[in-house]
Amino acid sequence: MAKQHANWSPYDNNGGSCVAIAGADYCVIAADTRMSTGYNILTRDYSKICKLADKCVMASSGFQADVKALQKHLGARHLIYQHQHNKQMSCPAMAQLLSNTLYYKRFFPYYSFNVLGGLDNEGKGCVFTYDAVGSYEKVGYSSQGSGSTLIMPFLDNQLKSPSPLLLPAQDAVTPLAEDEAVDLVKTVFASASERDIYTGDKLEIVVINADGLRREYIDLRKD
Amino acid sequence: MSTSDVELPPKGGFSFDLCRRNEMLSKKGANPPSFRKTGTTIVGLIFQDGVILGADTRATAGSIVCDKNCEKIHYMAPNIYCCGAGTAADTEAVTDMVNSQLQLHRYHTGRESRVVTALTLLKSHLFKYQGHVQAALVLGGVDVTGPHLHTIYPHGSTDTLPFATMGSGSLAAMAVFESKYREGLTKEEGINLVCEAICAGIFNDLGSGSNVDLCVITKGHKEYLRNYQVPNHRAHISSKGFTFPKKTEVLLTKITPLDEKVEVIEAGDAMEE
Repeated sequence: MAKQHANWSPYDNNGGSCVAIAGADYCVIAADTRMSTGYNILTRDYSKICKLADKCVMASSGFQADVKALQKHLGARHLIYQHQHNKQMSCPAMAQLLSNTLYYKRFFPYYSFNVLGGLDNEGKGCVFTYDAVGSYEKVGYSSQGSGSTLIMPFLDNQLKSPSPLLLPAQDAVTPLAEDEAVDLVKTVFASASERDIYTGDKLEIVVINADGLRREYIDLRKD
Repeated sequence: MSTSDVELPPKGGFSFDLCRRNEMLSKKGANPPSFRKTGTTIVGLIFQDGVILGADTRATAGSIVCDKNCEKIHYMAPNIYCCGAGTAADTEAVTDMVNSQLQLHRYHTGRESRVVTALTLLKSHLFKYQGHVQAALVLGGVDVTGPHLHTIYPHGSTDTLPFATMGSGSLAAMAVFESKYREGLTKEEGINLVCEAICAGIFNDLGSGSNVDLCVITKGHKEYLRNYQVPNHRAHISSKGFTFPKKTEVLLTKITPLDEKVEVIEAGDAMEE
């Protein structure tokens, strides 16, 4: 009998863009709040940013159902970690856990494109960027999602970081002050929503620094 | 057959020379380039004195917006306009072609063009190409027989309606028309309803966006209202502007002078004065 359901696909793409920028003593993580499929907007107010630990947040675009499952899984793993170690997981530890979780489903992946941002144990900003199957890298800034092809070259131009191959290893964090980084993120999303149809409606910005975690919202184009 | 082929002058129409090559290329896995589509909201309605056409102004190629303020209401005749959705090149070409045929027809007859004439020219062209000319149109105008509004599908079928929508935002726009349209709207009511329908497309359909264009056609008069509404502005402008810190590095400069390949030889008779 001929193979049936050859065209069936369990995945959808719900669009959206995510950006994270690491600074000397802060980290900015931002994502738009539009969720869409095809030419339809499903909702204009859906947060793509998930707080995984006190100093560690993840922004994800791709397939919302997989993102939700991934967030739930990481949340459960973090709860177990807290019970076993009586402390919050550090950002680099969460980065490795996320990579392992993604690679565990190497042949039926979570269709999610993540950036993880937070502060490391010294209180320095750190950003980790991923593909859908767990390849990851510590960087100074990154962008994922439908608008990443528009955003990434602009960030490269403004924040060019040293090559990770240089020896001795150089610091990847950006030289910007916190308010400059937030302003850059707003500009980057205003530009992306002009040209990417899946980016828009609202921008959610999370800033993590020594004082804790702060959220900020601005409106984007709604067309 | 064989020899006389070569001497025949070209007859016009499309060239299918590359079809076999392209089929071979796509079998080997080379994908053709994507076309600029106007994933669009276009609408039209009949009000008490004539016809109002409306369109959004976004043109997309896949998920990227390639024109934020394009024109989708095309001129056909002084008393007829046509909104186009589908592949931008096809809507443009097909409306231009019929526009010139109507112009010639007016020179020939010395009379104002009729909307049915434009309709027949458009649908016979589209039917001939069996849907491959990807143009979905809303045609409107006022002629000697009164106001007319038609929709034309890419395969060549047509509708005659009191209100019509087309394009990817047609469902959003039709929802507005179905709930609020009635016969004998005034000009102001008509304009507001068309605007609302286009805005429904702009905000609820990702293929449509930016601004609202309108065209109001009445007996012996028309108004083309380009960017009648501009409801979408840039969300944030950086207070400081930007610098582009590092210029592209010049690694090597080498100048190769052009060789004189052409020699000019004075020969033969000088030209007569």
